Amino acid sequence: MATVTDLHDDHHDHGPAKGLMRWVTTTNHKDIGTLYLIFALVMFMLGGAMAMVIRLELFQPGLQFVDPGFFNQMTTVHALVMIFGGVMPAFVGLANWMLPIMIGGPDMALPRMNNWSFWILPFAFAMLLGTFFMDGGAPAGGWTLYPPLVLQGGNGFPFMIFAIHMMGVSSVMGAINVIVTILNMRAPGMTLMKMPLFVWTWFITAYLLIAVMPVLAGAVTMLLTDRFYDTTFFSATGGGDPVLFQHIFWFFGHPEVYILILPAFGVVSAIIPTFARKPLFGYSSMVYATSSIAFLSFIVWAHHMFTVGLPLQGELFFMYATMLIAVPTGVKVFNWISTMWKGSMTFETPMLFAIGFVIMFTIGGFSGLMLAIAPADFQYHDTYFVVAHFHYVLVTGAVYSIMASVYYWIPKWTGNMYNEKMGQWHFWLSTISVNVLFFPQHFLGLAGMPRRIPDYSVQFAEFNMWSSIGGFAFGLSQVFFCYIVYKTIKGGEKATDKVWEGAEGLEWTLPSPPPYHSFTTAPEIK
Amino acid sequence: MIKLKQLFAGGAVLTFMSSVAHADYGLNLPVGVTETSKQVYDLHMLILWVCVAIGVVVFGAMIYSMIYHRKSQGAVASQFHESMTAELVWTIIPFIILIVMAIPATKVLIEMHDSSDADMKIKITGYQWKWRYEYLDEGVDFFSSLDAASNEARQVGSGIDPATVDNYLLNVDHPLVIPAGKKVSFLLTASDVIHSWWVPDFGWKKDAIPGFINEAWVVVDEPGIYRGQCAELCGRDHGFMPIVVEVKSEADYATWLAEQKAGKAAAKLAAIEDLDPRELKRTGKKVYRANCVACHQKKGEGVQGVFPAITGSAIATGDINEHIDLIMNGKPGTAMVAFKDQLNDVELAAVVTYQRNSLGNKVGDAVQPAEIAALR
Repeated sequence: MATVTDLHDDHHDHGPAKGLMRWVTTTNHKDIGTLYLIFALVMFMLGGAMAMVIRLELFQPGLQFVDPGFFNQMTTVHALVMIFGGVMPAFVGLANWMLPIMIGGPDMALPRMNNWSFWILPFAFAMLLGTFFMDGGAPAGGWTLYPPLVLQGGNGFPFMIFAIHMMGVSSVMGAINVIVTILNMRAPGMTLMKMPLFVWTWFITAYLLIAVMPVLAGAVTMLLTDRFYDTTFFSATGGGDPVLFQHIFWFFGHPEVYILILPAFGVVSAIIPTFARKPLFGYSSMVYATSSIAFLSFIVWAHHMFTVGLPLQGELFFMYATMLIAVPTGVKVFNWISTMWKGSMTFETPMLFAIGFVIMFTIGGFSGLMLAIAPADFQYHDTYFVVAHFHYVLVTGAVYSIMASVYYWIPKWTGNMYNEKMGQWHFWLSTISVNVLFFPQHFLGLAGMPRRIPDYSVQFAEFNMWSSIGGFAFGLSQVFFCYIVYKTIKGGEKATDKVWEGAEGLEWTLPSPPPYHSFTTAPEIK
Repeated sequence: MIKLKQLFAGGAVLTFMSSVAHADYGLNLPVGVTETSKQVYDLHMLILWVCVAIGVVVFGAMIYSMIYHRKSQGAVASQFHESMTAELVWTIIPFIILIVMAIPATKVLIEMHDSSDADMKIKITGYQWKWRYEYLDEGVDFFSSLDAASNEARQVGSGIDPATVDNYLLNVDHPLVIPAGKKVSFLLTASDVIHSWWVPDFGWKKDAIPGFINEAWVVVDEPGIYRGQCAELCGRDHGFMPIVVEVKSEADYATWLAEQKAGKAAAKLAAIEDLDPRELKRTGKKVYRANCVACHQKKGEGVQGVFPAITGSAIATGDINEHIDLIMNGKPGTAMVAFKDQLNDVELAAVVTYQRNSLGNKVGDAVQPAEIAALR
């Protein structure tokens, strides 16, 4: 059993500073975790607002509300905000809050850097969103930033590049902190193979971040010099190669999608055992599967580029490698189901979101497998089928796991139980609307609707209307989510230390909310 | 085929069942009209059914477990948490399924890459936002852009119901025409940014990339009209550069080709005649609306910081030769492309004259098609 000593001292000796400066100067992993999570929620709502503009314009054929150029700005910035401002900071927030506690450490290993890596972000996003008010508007060439199109952008272009650099710096610092913390701050007896899976998946994610964020930084820097310093890295007229950018971008971009989903695997691997009241099935195979996925993620990038005209051998290699990812991913899904099998399940909100994750992420995985088949991808590529695919893995995958973790840990964070009835409502509203939103997009894509278009032929009208209705409902459901979170922070039924009957792990040995400094004395590990 | 469609729809979410009743409603990939597209369709259906089968097993097990292994049913949790056999089984079986999938996929891919022995070659060049088709051995060469009816209806607040426009956003002024039953090879490239040429009924799309030449091919046996769109985001009007391919029988194709060649000679003759400046301005307005308006805007005001204004600009009110040079040759490194090849002599003369004497400019000079021809 873990023990915690001297709790009563914390409040006057090392308690948080008062007022606003607490949040600006804090080096406490919980405060910084909270900042990250709130920042992510704000960005999620902002990116969501942009999605609402997109769905509003697509509600019926014809252009009713926005100029096509502005529509392109919406799709581009929606993606950048959701990926770099929503999902990634949310997971870093969860890591900050939970990693030190889960490994029995007092705090993150590099607390000042931790503060800095957060406080870069608001400035980066202020700059990115500021481009809306510049001549030429926000970037409109798609979040993939393909040249030559991206080079046609207005005055916002260099600001977007600088914003991406700052986000990259923030992510790399966060990743270094995670690795150093995990390798150095574990309580005695917490061997690597005893770490909770969330710690493991974040450990691997952190390596992915360090490996690929500098690649993105390099790619966008080359864009910058191509535009302003007369280099021609990506321009055929000067001996460069526009496809080279795509190779570099997706060498970052594919591991990036696993950066967005591996921590989700960790969260779900924590929640399902808790509510099945049964240990996680196949712990070590989960660790190996995560590592294999991370390794494979480096050698599949060109499946995003099947239509650029790769040589046959290249297309075959990337097709086979991509199909291979289905194996370790399948292992994970089978392990989660085996964990549920013969358990004694209850279905509180975190469990609902976790099960929703497993089912809908798997649907996204199926369409991913279909997209891996290169000849079929020639049809699917750049259509709404792809849009449906990555929203299933990112919204009902990554975002659902974040929702699940918020419900799972918010009683621990705040000391208050959220309102279970409202949580269930939030789950069902979200799940029904998100499927009305994204499922018809499979049909649209197969029937021939390209992505990133502001207007469409009338044959696509009906499903687009469905999709928009689903989108508005999903958006409203998330406003409800904000209310639930706000209400829980303000008050509610007091949570016990263990919160959930079947919960296992060090975080449940601390009081709810935990003391300002987690384990000042290392807990004993069984 | 219809049966499969219905089955597929049946598997879909119940709320969409009502949509199935609508005639020719697209739920699934089109089977298409080429051998390739049929093979791709078969691959698509195979992998779809494999996914459905796996889904039934996986979700079935989950749902069973959620019904019977719940605490409220009095289920007591077992504590097993490892099985080497199970892990091996669900690693090896998916692996075998993948190999079974990979074999036909590889076969189709190899065939798609074989563009040898083509009967004819057409070069396709993507422009912002239109396509150019060059019949390499015939000297026929034209641009293909969104038709006027769609273009009018798609403007913000046009008040025109898209449902009243024939083939809204999927119609062009000059369709690509190819003969039936011939292996036609396409050489794809682009002049400004990356585009992607896609006709779903042909079973593939291929990127058109500046500085690259990609190759793809089709054999269409049935004459008919097939429609598609640019599939790679290429800027503001990406959604408005459709593709229409008219497949004609060999005889009809030969007639069409002869007409094109005759038409080209007539246009050359017309270019020699001098035109009245008012006539030039009238034509110029049409050319401007079709080619310039997306960036420079309807009244020539441009978009601040990205696309310069024409109204009062140093070029459009300055030396006419520089003005002609800019429009003909473009400005490298910007969205201003060379219009030398996109427009004929009459159109170029007309649009220059229009820009100098309209959109708030009053220079008072004009340029004749013959002068443009001399500059080529």
